[in-house]
Amino acid sequence: METNIREYPSRLGDAASKRLGTFSYLPRFDKPAVKTQIEYLVGKDLTPMIEHVEPARATSRYWYMWKLPLFGERDPEAIQREVEACIQANPNDHVRLIGFDPRRQTQVVSFVVGRGAAD
Amino acid sequence: MTTYDAGVKEYRQTYWDPAYTPADTDLLACFKITPQEGVPREEAAAAVAAESSTGTWTTVWTDLLTDLDHYKGRAYSIEDVPGDPSCFYAFVAYPIDLFEEGSVVNVLTSLVGNVFGFKAIRALRLEDVRFPLHYVMTCGGPPNGIIVERDKMDKYGRPLLGCTIKPKLGLSGKNYGRAVYECLRGGLDFTKDDENVNSQPFMRWRDRFENVAEAVKLAQAETGERKGHYLNVTAPTVEDMYERAEFAKALDMPIIMHDFLTAGFTAHTSLANWCRRNGMLLHVHRAMHAVIDRNRSHGIHFRVLVKCLRLSGGDHLHSGTVVGKLEGDRQATLGWIDLMRERLVPEERARGIFFDQDFGHMPGLFPVASGGIHVWHVPALVSIFGDDSVFQFGGGTIGHPWGNAAGAAANRVALEACVEARNEGRDVEREGSEILTRAAKSSPELAAALETWREIRFEFEVVDTLDEATR
Repeated sequence: METNIREYPSRLGDAASKRLGTFSYLPRFDKPAVKTQIEYLVGKDLTPMIEHVEPARATSRYWYMWKLPLFGERDPEAIQREVEACIQANPNDHVRLIGFDPRRQTQVVSFVVGRGAAD
Repeated sequence: MTTYDAGVKEYRQTYWDPAYTPADTDLLACFKITPQEGVPREEAAAAVAAESSTGTWTTVWTDLLTDLDHYKGRAYSIEDVPGDPSCFYAFVAYPIDLFEEGSVVNVLTSLVGNVFGFKAIRALRLEDVRFPLHYVMTCGGPPNGIIVERDKMDKYGRPLLGCTIKPKLGLSGKNYGRAVYECLRGGLDFTKDDENVNSQPFMRWRDRFENVAEAVKLAQAETGERKGHYLNVTAPTVEDMYERAEFAKALDMPIIMHDFLTAGFTAHTSLANWCRRNGMLLHVHRAMHAVIDRNRSHGIHFRVLVKCLRLSGGDHLHSGTVVGKLEGDRQATLGWIDLMRERLVPEERARGIFFDQDFGHMPGLFPVASGGIHVWHVPALVSIFGDDSVFQFGGGTIGHPWGNAAGAAANRVALEACVEARNEGRDVEREGSEILTRAAKSSPELAAALETWREIRFEFEVVDTLDEATR
């Protein structure tokens, strides 16, 4: 019997099946979409932070910290330039942008901006 | 000098004190009283204060051995219930000395004990309680809280997603684990034992735990994301409860669950303490709550149960959805989800909050929106609940025409699309249909889900609405 039911395509050995948190089930954001999220982060008065890691170590709690959190940075373009600089310097790594709330000590925004080229 | 004068006195001579200014340390309660015909309001209010604190029906000589003025509860204020002349609100202040430290059990035994069967009262409802911060500080509270749970589960910037495994009863352990695995690999963060899944002959608890643990680990390996299943440790005895909790820990599972009302606050508080000591997350179910909280004239309002649970301990609590298959008024729901999450909740009659409530440094917990929800509800849920919440599907995942994994992916895509749109500054609730339709273009799973549940709404009048003029 033929049906229109589709098999769910996720596989253990398939890098694309590895998800990376919030927004990883949507098509990858282009630069304007990333900028909009950065503007949200700035509007919420959050501290921008950038992290990166080799895809093989993506599930670990601590990724490499890109420089230091961008304390006090309110310019979305400057934040996006740092994101781009991190991606350029680490082309094989996943790169994550975080909006951190120091008062509650939690991440309010957190999503992967770039997936490692080797992934 | 007081002398002993045996006999029956009117309650209001001793327990009605309109000049009283409540102390910061007093525990305050607001009761909705429907008195018997002919009983004056002050007398009914005083009777409630008396019977829920130091009083009994007649004077006793032993009253004079203590300082009753220090220990008694006092009715200090009366208000009309807007739109309902058959009843009124009575405000009662209780000195903190009346309650054992850290014991929600003791507070409830006094406030909702004998007094609820008292003959002079036709019906009685405990609408709200102000726990003084001094008392809050004696309670354990959520074992982990929202912030710690996010760090443990590594999930930020969005509500969490869960699914309750269906059918509720009758699956074998192996088939049950299959349903869990499929949900988690599709993109949900959590799955859940339904509340009545304990340890029945068709699936004993140990067998379930082992199968579920394997499913959780496989889904984690496949997706690279952290996953959990609320393993229900609700059991006939506390010994059994602990045995199940210990086994969940031995399997390296991150979260267990408990039914706090059917199991009782003593067992529940002990389990919350165990979770705090063992770094285990605690999901809390609320079976039996509607028996207690749904009647507008009699019982305990859900907001009081929420406060009691936050003090007793829990990291998740079911809150209703406003939009799904179960009862819940929107403003009242917003009121009690504040009571779960916020540090300070100010009096706000429009949300049914009668007192300022300060929780001090006690962590907040996740409200769980569960009951008949599906992808079409996600825009409204994001707008009502915000990020610090769990959207708990059931049929809305497992009923997907292609199965659980596709259903889970549809749920996750819908959620992420709504969060993205909200962050872009869009009105997610109003533009929900357009946001979901657009997201479905790159997700065949979401497209199929939207098609399946296009017409399903649950639109009935809410039974337990807020009192009229408080709206």
